[in-house]
Order: sequence, then structure tokens, then C-alpha cells
Amino acid sequence: MHTLKERALHPLRRSGHHQFKALENVSFDVRDGEFFGVVGRNGSGKSTLLKCMAGIYATDRGNIWITGRMSPFIELGVGFNPDLAARDNVVLNGIMLGLSPREARARYDHVIEFAELEEFQELKLKNYSSGMHVRLAFSVAIQVDADVLLIDEVLAVGDASFQQKCFDVFNRLRDEGKTIVLVTHDMGAVSRFCHRAILLEKGEIVAEGDPEAVANDYLELNFNREGAAPATRAGGWRGSGAARIVDAWCESSDGAQTAMFRQGGELRFCARVEFLEAVDDPALTVEFENAEQVKVLVGSTAYDEERSGRFEAGEQATFSLEFTNVMAPGRYNVIATLSRLGHRLELIDRSDREVSIVVTATRAQGGVVDVPIRASIERGVEVAP
Amino acid sequence: MSLVVDAELGAPIRGPSALTGDRRRFWNLTFTIARTEFKLRFYGSVLGYVWTVMRPLLMFGVLMVVYSLGKLGSGIKDYPVMLLSGIVLFTFFTEATAGAVGCVVARESFVRKIQFPRLAIPLSVVLTALFNLAVNFVPIIIFTALEGVRPRLSWLELPLIVLVLIFFAMGLAMLLSALYVRARDIAPIWDVVIQVLFYVSLLLIPIEKIGAHGRTLLHIWMLNPLADLMEQYRHAFIGSNAPRPPTTPYPGWHFGGSSAAAAIGGYAELAIPMALIVIVFVLGFVVFNRSAPHIADNL
Repeated sequence: MHTLKERALHPLRRSGHHQFKALENVSFDVRDGEFFGVVGRNGSGKSTLLKCMAGIYATDRGNIWITGRMSPFIELGVGFNPDLAARDNVVLNGIMLGLSPREARARYDHVIEFAELEEFQELKLKNYSSGMHVRLAFSVAIQVDADVLLIDEVLAVGDASFQQKCFDVFNRLRDEGKTIVLVTHDMGAVSRFCHRAILLEKGEIVAEGDPEAVANDYLELNFNREGAAPATRAGGWRGSGAARIVDAWCESSDGAQTAMFRQGGELRFCARVEFLEAVDDPALTVEFENAEQVKVLVGSTAYDEERSGRFEAGEQATFSLEFTNVMAPGRYNVIATLSRLGHRLELIDRSDREVSIVVTATRAQGGVVDVPIRASIERGVEVAP
Repeated sequence: MSLVVDAELGAPIRGPSALTGDRRRFWNLTFTIARTEFKLRFYGSVLGYVWTVMRPLLMFGVLMVVYSLGKLGSGIKDYPVMLLSGIVLFTFFTEATAGAVGCVVARESFVRKIQFPRLAIPLSVVLTALFNLAVNFVPIIIFTALEGVRPRLSWLELPLIVLVLIFFAMGLAMLLSALYVRARDIAPIWDVVIQVLFYVSLLLIPIEKIGAHGRTLLHIWMLNPLADLMEQYRHAFIGSNAPRPPTTPYPGWHFGGSSAAAAIGGYAELAIPMALIVIVFVLGFVVFNRSAPHIADNL
């Protein structure tokens, strides 16, 4: 309802608003010097929460209390004007963030140095690349000295080296004993920086405490919603047809069928096979293929038991393969192949990518697998000259 | 639950409001926004600030030609000076009020991203208009000197009149900017009102022409606060040295450059338009103050 005409034409319509509760019954405390994470899916209310804390939105009910000076980083570069050069924008933005004009001017050199934009000072902001823009904005933001910082997703900006610089700043701020509330989707950042975290879902806190646990809950919540269908299959037959894989699924060590697997836990792949003809020594091979279609892991029953014996027509058997899940977080397609080992491999049946699983982890090291690594550094014995 | 500073919990976060918070920050913000706007207004134009001055001057030139043809200003001394001053003051009024209409919506990025006293936005618009007004006084002074108007003691009254005008514009700026967030009709409505005000605020139709139609009309006419301000401005600036026209509608009443009180019929009557200014200001503040906490959600 934005015009009088609408109001006049529909006088009885209750101004078209339906109430939407962005947050309800959310209560938590952040202690002095704590790095506190707020995670949740899109629309879960985390940004609203941050804006309430920043005093941008008024709460309908409830109170928020704070000790010390607060500085919100809800968005970088508020007040930046494309027609002005770096200096004017730095001062402008600094004032927006709560500095006095004198303070803002005094900090200009630090800002420009941190942003590594010394050569571009005279350039108007509209001629900056988006990366330079962000660097400048971030540099102003961290120059504001506050005891409490509210940060909304600013980590997702800049190139890799600048991102590292941001991380360094966050580490420094944390070590300086600043209280920081970070809203993010980056579970790596949560487990890396946060002392504690909360998980929001539909405006309510569903998990609170240890950041690792909260991060895991978040990942599970996130992938479950995507409708990771029960990991079973239907259709897609190929092969000689002497037997069929009638069902295939993945289960965790407790035998529950699921599509979500935590890295480091046990994973069991099972396939139920129905034999239509008699088959000698069948073997089941399973391949886990990641999103880039790289076979990350291949396993076969034939390695343990090459001679599995004879299965008669009409017989049913369940083949299973169990291993410790070391795969990097992400989505995997599971391809099962039933074959017969003879003098050459004879394909009996293949189920193609109908089973898919998601692996969650809080600490991905970047490779396709993550295995426990024992690292050590041995100092060399000093050699006398 | 009362919102007071708690020994253990600290200070409460109250959410956005019109005015509360750090005074210095409020002023810094208002001033910075206004200054940036002023600087950027003619950004990229070769002549820059000259245009600030040129616009009212050009308008003045056009109106002078039109009205000298229509003989509206005939027989009135210092009509050009009066017209130019009127245009400049009215330009300030237009910039401050019409500029304020959409200002909160236009500054959405601030409103939704940072916490600050919301009143800084409409106030900065008035301030920008005030900067322009200051620049525009330069041609008035030059023109006045050229026309041979002598400085008078009553010029000391001028800042006070401008102050009342600022006060009136501020009230309207608060009212309009708050209402616009709820109903976008305010913009076209105010455009029309400004058009009407331009013709009824005695800046180009001199009081002599209206007075010629009788006392009652004049008294009604002078209920418009802008007309009183313009008339009082003329009274203080040029004075009642205008020659009296041959036919005075009633005895004891001076034509041209008479004070606003004289024009409306007395100080008691003058209280009505003055009260109107105060009412608009208070109403504007109350409306803005009430809608301030929810401006961010309503955008």
C-alpha cells in the first residue's frame, strides 16, 4: 500500500500487511572479549538480529543491552560517493561510522596504507575496481575503534590475499579482547575464530554453544532442506541382465539410512541384488564421484573375497562395503556396478548416479580427501661454522 | 521493563529514533551529508556554483520581462529588488521542502545500514538549501547596491525573518519526508502545492494588486505564512518608501512595504499565520518522531 489511491479503493483491506515474525524467543548473551558466531540459512533471521543489535531495527518486544562502544559492519562503504576521490570518501564513511571529522581525517593515512591504494588516492571512486572499492571500505571500517563489533558477512569479499588480511585483522581484534559478533555462512570461519556460536532457524535459536557442533548442525540443516532424497535408486539398468541391483543406499554405522555423512565417521554402502540367472563369483564395485565428476573413492567386494561363490536364480543378496569416511565435504554421486570376474570383466548391472550423499565437515583442508595428519617439525641441529 | 542503564547489562539498545543519541554525531552527520550534497550538486558542470546563482537570476530576468509587459510592477518602487529577493527566498523554501519529500527513501542505504538519528536526513536537506540561499544572497546584495537601496537599521530584522522561514521549512521537511514513506502521493501533491504557493506568496504579485480588491481578501490572503514572511521581509528590506497609489481603499492603511501585521489587520490577526508555522513544526516533529523507529522496516 503505497499510494492513497490504493487506500481509497480498498478501504476495508487491512493494509495488506501480514505479520511476519523474523525473530522470536531469541535470547543469548555474548560475554566480554568473546568472538561470537551467528549462523543460519537464508531468511533465518540472522541479519535482522544483527540489525536489531545495531539499533537499525526497533524490536517489537524484548530488550538488548550493551556495555561499551559498538560499531556495526552491516555493509561496507556506507555513504561512499562514486564522484568523490578516496580522501573525501574515507572521511565521509568514517563520519557515518561514528568518527568525528577530525578523527576521520587523522586516520586517512592508515586507511589508505592498509587498503594498499596509495597510488590511487586521487582517482574518483567510480574508477575503482570493485575489489579496490571493497578494500577501501573495509579499511575504513576497521579503523573505527569500538569495544563491540557487529560483522555481517564481510569476509566474503576481496581477493585471496586481502581475505587473508581480513582474517589477520579478525585474529588481532580477537586477541585484543574485542567483543565480536559475526554473522556468516562460512563454517570454516566459525570454527576458526568463534568461541561460541548460535544457529538460527525460522527466527529461533536451534543450537547454541561449541562452534564446531553448531557448524555441523548448520550443514546438516542446510543439506537436508535441499531435499536430499533418501539415498535409494530407481531405474537406470544396464548390463547383461543376469542380475539386478534392486536397491542401493548408504547408511551410517548405526544402520540408519541417510544422505548426510559427517567426515570422519563410518559410512556403509549397501546394495541388494536379485539374481535372475545363476551367477558365479559376482562382485560389487562402488564409486564415489564428486561434483567435478572425479572418482574420489572406489571400493569393491572383490578385493576381500574374489571368489564369492555361486548365486542361484531367484536368490537375493546384500552386498555392503564399509569404510571410514575421509572424503572432503560436498555432494557425491554413488555409482554401483555388479560384475562377474572371469578372464575378463563382465558387467552384469550398473546403477548410475541415482544415489547421492552429502559429506559435511567443519575443517576441509582443500584436497579431495581429508585424513588425520600427524605433523611435526624437527629443528635441525645447528652446525658449527 | 524500564529501559535504564543496568550495572551488569550495560546500556539498553533502543533502536532507531528521530533525535536521541550523541549530539555531536548528529550534527556531524547532518553537516557532512549537507556539505557533500552541496558540493556534488553541480559536480561536472564547468561553471559549478555559478549555476546556483544563475538559476534564480534567470528566472528573475524572465519574470521581469513578463511582468513589465503586464505592468504588474508598475508604480512600485524597487519592484526588481523585491522580486529577486522573493525568488531567492522561495527557491530556498522549495529546495528545502520539495527536496525533503523523498529524502528518507532516497537515503535508504543509510537508513537500513547504519544507526543514526533519523532526523539528520531531512535536516541535511534544509541545510543544503540554506547553503544555496547563502550563495544566492550575493547577487541580491550586488543588485541592491546597483538599484541604490540604502542600508537601513531595519535590515537587522532580516536574519530573524529568514530564521522563521527556516523554521517553517524544517517543520514541513519533517512532516513531508515522514509521510512520503507511507504514501508516495505526497510528491505530486507537494509539487502542486508549491506551484500554488509561488503565486500566492506575494513574491511576484505585489501586495498592492491584492489590496486593491479589498480588505477582506487581503486578510484572508495574509493567512498564508509565506505571504506574511515575504511582506515583512519587504518591509524590513526596502521599507514603506513606496509611493502611495492615488486611491487608497481605506484610510490609515499604507500600501506597499507595509509590515505584515498592518497587512493582515493587526498583531492579533498576525498570530494566526505565526501559530500555523509553530503548529506545522510541532506536527512535523511529532509525526517524524513517531515514524522514525520504523522507517527502516517500512522502506
